[in-house]
Amino acid sequence: MSMSSGAPKTRFARAWDSDLAWAFRHSPIAMVSFAMAVILIFAAAFAPWIAPHNPFDPATLNLMNGFTPPSTPNAFTNESFLLGTDNQGRDVFSTILYGMRISLFVGFSAVGFAMVLGITLGLVAGYFGGWTDAIIMRIADIQLTFPSILVAMLIFGIATSITPVEYREQMAIWVLIIAIGLSDWVQFARVVRGATFVEKGKEYVQAARLIGRSPVAIMVQHILPNVLSPVLVIATISLALAIIAEATLSFLGVGAPPTQPSLGTLISIGQDYLFSGEWWILFFPALTLLALALSVNLLGDWLRDVLNPRLR
Amino acid sequence: MLSFIIKRVAQSVLVLLVVGLIAFAMFRYVGDPLDAMVSIEASVEEVERVREQLGLDQPFFVQYVRFLQGAVQGDFGISYRQGEPVLDIILARLPATMELAAISGTFAISMGIVLGVFTAIRRDGFASSLIMSLSLVGVSLPTFLIGILLIYLFSVELDWLPSFGRGELTDIGLWETGLLTTSGLKALILPSITLGLYQMTLIMRLVRSEMLEVLRQDYVRFARARGLSDRAVNFRHALRNTLVPVITVTGLQLGAIIAFAIVTETVFQWPGVGLLFINAIQFVDIPVMAAYLMFIAVMFVAINLLVDILYVAVDPRLRNQETSV
Amino acid sequence: MTLLSIEGLRVEYPSRHGVFVAVDGANLTVEPGEIHGLVGESGAGKSTVGAAIMGLIEKPGRIADGTIKLKEEVISGQDEEGMRALRGNRISMIFQDPLTSLNPLFTVREQLTETIREHLDVSSNEADARALDLLNRVGIPDAEIRLENYPHQFSGGMRQRIVIALALCSEPEVIIADEPTTALDVSIQAQVLELIKDLARERQVGVILITHDMGVIAETTSRVTVMYKGQVVESGTTKKILTAPEHLYTQSLISAVPRATTKLYRFPLISYGEREADFQIEQIKGNWQAEVSPQDLPLLKVEGITKTFLKSGSILPSRRQYFTAVDEVSFEIQPGEVFGIVGESGSGKSTVARVISGLLRANGGAVEFEGRDVTAAGRGVPEWYRREIQMIFQDPYSSLNPRMRVDKIVAEPAKHLGLLQGSALQDRVYELLDMVGLGTAAGRKYPHEFSGGQRQRISIARALATQPKFLICDEPTSALDVSVQAQILNILKDLQEHLNLTMLFISHDLPVVRQMCDRVAVMKQGRIVESSETGQLFDAPRDAYTQELLRLMPKFDSVAV
Repeated sequence: MSMSSGAPKTRFARAWDSDLAWAFRHSPIAMVSFAMAVILIFAAAFAPWIAPHNPFDPATLNLMNGFTPPSTPNAFTNESFLLGTDNQGRDVFSTILYGMRISLFVGFSAVGFAMVLGITLGLVAGYFGGWTDAIIMRIADIQLTFPSILVAMLIFGIATSITPVEYREQMAIWVLIIAIGLSDWVQFARVVRGATFVEKGKEYVQAARLIGRSPVAIMVQHILPNVLSPVLVIATISLALAIIAEATLSFLGVGAPPTQPSLGTLISIGQDYLFSGEWWILFFPALTLLALALSVNLLGDWLRDVLNPRLR
Repeated sequence: MLSFIIKRVAQSVLVLLVVGLIAFAMFRYVGDPLDAMVSIEASVEEVERVREQLGLDQPFFVQYVRFLQGAVQGDFGISYRQGEPVLDIILARLPATMELAAISGTFAISMGIVLGVFTAIRRDGFASSLIMSLSLVGVSLPTFLIGILLIYLFSVELDWLPSFGRGELTDIGLWETGLLTTSGLKALILPSITLGLYQMTLIMRLVRSEMLEVLRQDYVRFARARGLSDRAVNFRHALRNTLVPVITVTGLQLGAIIAFAIVTETVFQWPGVGLLFINAIQFVDIPVMAAYLMFIAVMFVAINLLVDILYVAVDPRLRNQETSV
Repeated sequence: MTLLSIEGLRVEYPSRHGVFVAVDGANLTVEPGEIHGLVGESGAGKSTVGAAIMGLIEKPGRIADGTIKLKEEVISGQDEEGMRALRGNRISMIFQDPLTSLNPLFTVREQLTETIREHLDVSSNEADARALDLLNRVGIPDAEIRLENYPHQFSGGMRQRIVIALALCSEPEVIIADEPTTALDVSIQAQVLELIKDLARERQVGVILITHDMGVIAETTSRVTVMYKGQVVESGTTKKILTAPEHLYTQSLISAVPRATTKLYRFPLISYGEREADFQIEQIKGNWQAEVSPQDLPLLKVEGITKTFLKSGSILPSRRQYFTAVDEVSFEIQPGEVFGIVGESGSGKSTVARVISGLLRANGGAVEFEGRDVTAAGRGVPEWYRREIQMIFQDPYSSLNPRMRVDKIVAEPAKHLGLLQGSALQDRVYELLDMVGLGTAAGRKYPHEFSGGQRQRISIARALATQPKFLICDEPTSALDVSVQAQILNILKDLQEHLNLTMLFISHDLPVVRQMCDRVAVMKQGRIVESSETGQLFDAPRDAYTQELLRLMPKFDSVAV
């Protein structure tokens, strides 16, 4: 059944008609989780314009507002906050928006870093094989033995101890990105290497080698576009994992500094007050974190089913 | 087969040497170890004397070998923060982590495999769809959040189980166990669930996808075409083949359990090595970090070696590789 | 009494693009002891018929209509429990690929006794004895010892025998063999087909042999059913179908089958079903005719090339084991000639092609093109040589980059080698696409929008874009259906004749080689055992191995019954 009849379609028509788009339009779960992720990412990106308060501007803070329950006027100031305030009188809704900004920034940057590193090493290992492959994959295997959260903690620990104290807070976010990114490249490298290995054996690559195209050109122009769909799946799942890893590290106090609280930091603050009845300080950041991770995970799960029909 | 094992042992030794190098480099070059050992008023000569005594003026390689020698004998130096030998501190805290990891590991692996097989065989059923959806929520909930929620529910609201510590302990020689008293066992419940739940969902999802992969293979189709019962196809043919990749990942997950013990121990103030490590990072207590790193490395290498041997036991293709006739 | 009968079978697969009818109103009957051939090209629905009989149609597919009867007893529409009682018991199935049909983690004994005890009420000792008996019956030497072996310890042909033994566990009345020899070499194929023939004759088993290979049909079956696009177009005795087909499709199918006996000028193409526009060679003939080499030299001279591969690696060089894929191979190809290399899998024929094309570097020996050594330079072959040669690959589904637009694919060689740029390149690309019968609009599409035969045409356009003198064809049609193969082979013949192209033609298919080549070399285990004029090689082979190959090759003209 060839579909060669008819004129070529436009780029948009092609995308709209693709199996991926069709599957998306017919999956309520995919559409809802996509919408949820987009709304959360949007809210985080435009936090300064959306948030009713700037939680990091001491001038606007009033300690008297501390521990105000959600949507209830404060006993002293009579101010009301949608999701209440924390111990320092910061609006929880605003801290969540700003915290999500940090969480997402770290998540996206770490996954981007891991992706670039992993794809490059995976392509090189898969294409050249032999010793190059053996060395890269041995390193990957060894690192894989160590859980990524531990690797991230170690990198964070080492980086913190070699950074002078006065720069630690400034550097913390970047250290966090590198730590999570370095702990996650292996997934990408393994998948890309495996796919490259398969693609390399295909005849279109031999056709390109036949006319003397360079290995770099073959890797970038021919192989890379063909290994991207598993990468997309891993990237999505990795984003959820990176957000969770960041939250975990920040919760443990080895992540985002108190001056730039992420969702994990907020939960860790909230934990102190959970048992004395101020549940909202923990509950709303936790709910946001869950919503973020869940929507991204749902998308990733759906993508894997669609791009890998065999795995359904 | 023997050469395969020898290769793996050699690789393990290499891993340990590399991790040792990292640990040593940290130990030696992150800050000046002398700062922690010599009082601030000490004269330059005095510092130099101690430096010589400790062999810190020796070439890098000599120092590395000496560090390894020490490590093999369990000598990791003195904790900067507590001023006690690192080995003693770790040994005192090891039982807490081991008990926690063993119980939650057993829980995660057994439940993960059972649920994974179930959802693969009944892949279109209502129950397995429900389990799969819940598992997505499971992997989206960070371990620490699960812990906090469990504490809130069972300790604060219901007051059934303790929210921190190990409860009453019994000293059985080298080991202080919480497994022999009611309060010790009760104290283990929440941390074990917290630690095991996330790993269980991961193992379950993995077993499921591996099993589905195997169920699509030609030899499974052929087994069905021979009229074998579902039971024989699913539990003899498919499960055995699923085990090969599952063993590898289960090994990795055991490692992850030890790592995530850090988080659980923090949430439940569980006095294990994980809590020790996280404190060491916060206070830049390098000797403790280095020792913990070596300890983890030995654990992981041992687990992986075990996995490789299990592999050979399950897969005949690794056992006899003579060429086909 | 009719053993198995199918009436009005309809199988549907609902999908995004509507309901796909894989089998539409198929009828078929099998008598005891009969081997019934079910032929058709890919997508004809022949394997679906086999799966329907076994009750093994993959979801969401379903039998929408029709009945299947086994000795007057309706077996279609039963529940899973009822089907299982039949499967492997009264009806057995043999799959195509013996390498993947056996569970790698169980010994042969375990797999046999398990199946025996599922169907027969016997003790474990009796099951063991029966397992041994079955292995002996399918001709596995040292059966007693081999029972304890795992599948990976057997070769492909032996594994297919074990698969057959498994199918025989409980004396089935019907065996469905789905392309049972497609993955096997000619010599092993002959043995496995002989085994199936013996079973049918001695035990009065009815066999449905699903295949696309008309040679296999001619040699083994007594009756044939021909399918096209889900429908049975014709059914009758093998002799009648092969010699006097009635339906237009069967006629065109039969006429497209290459014969090993005589060389045809072109394959006749009776228009039926999908057929591409004709090949317009005149369009490019005017500005391109590969000129004959000036000197009195062979165009390509291969001298003593050897290629070894590492079989098992080791840190110690002395413990490494090598496998010699090509061993001191020499030959010459004259300008304008089509030179063929035939051999079974692993004979080294593709490795020779890869060495000549520069994709692999030989360990020894030399390749000369128009008298100039192209293998002497250190890294890879020189660029002038790359401009002179091109290659057409085996698998049209993997030889085109799926993420690249067709015009980019066709343009790449000429562009990279610096032969053409800009609008001149564009013009060449569209001219070529037009010439191979796809039209210029094809340039703006992606490979997945084309069928296998169309893709192979794109491959040809790409190869011609650099106006090469020498074309390497590595099994160019072995992944194609017979009717498409005929079209592509005709194109290659046109190219050779009108453009004076020189070709190296690699194939495992002897009849195809007879049709295409002027001279042929036969390879076995890395060496050339015989090399001569095509006619002479087929009519009077000198080497014992060549004689054996020709004897075992399924012959279209030898109808079995």
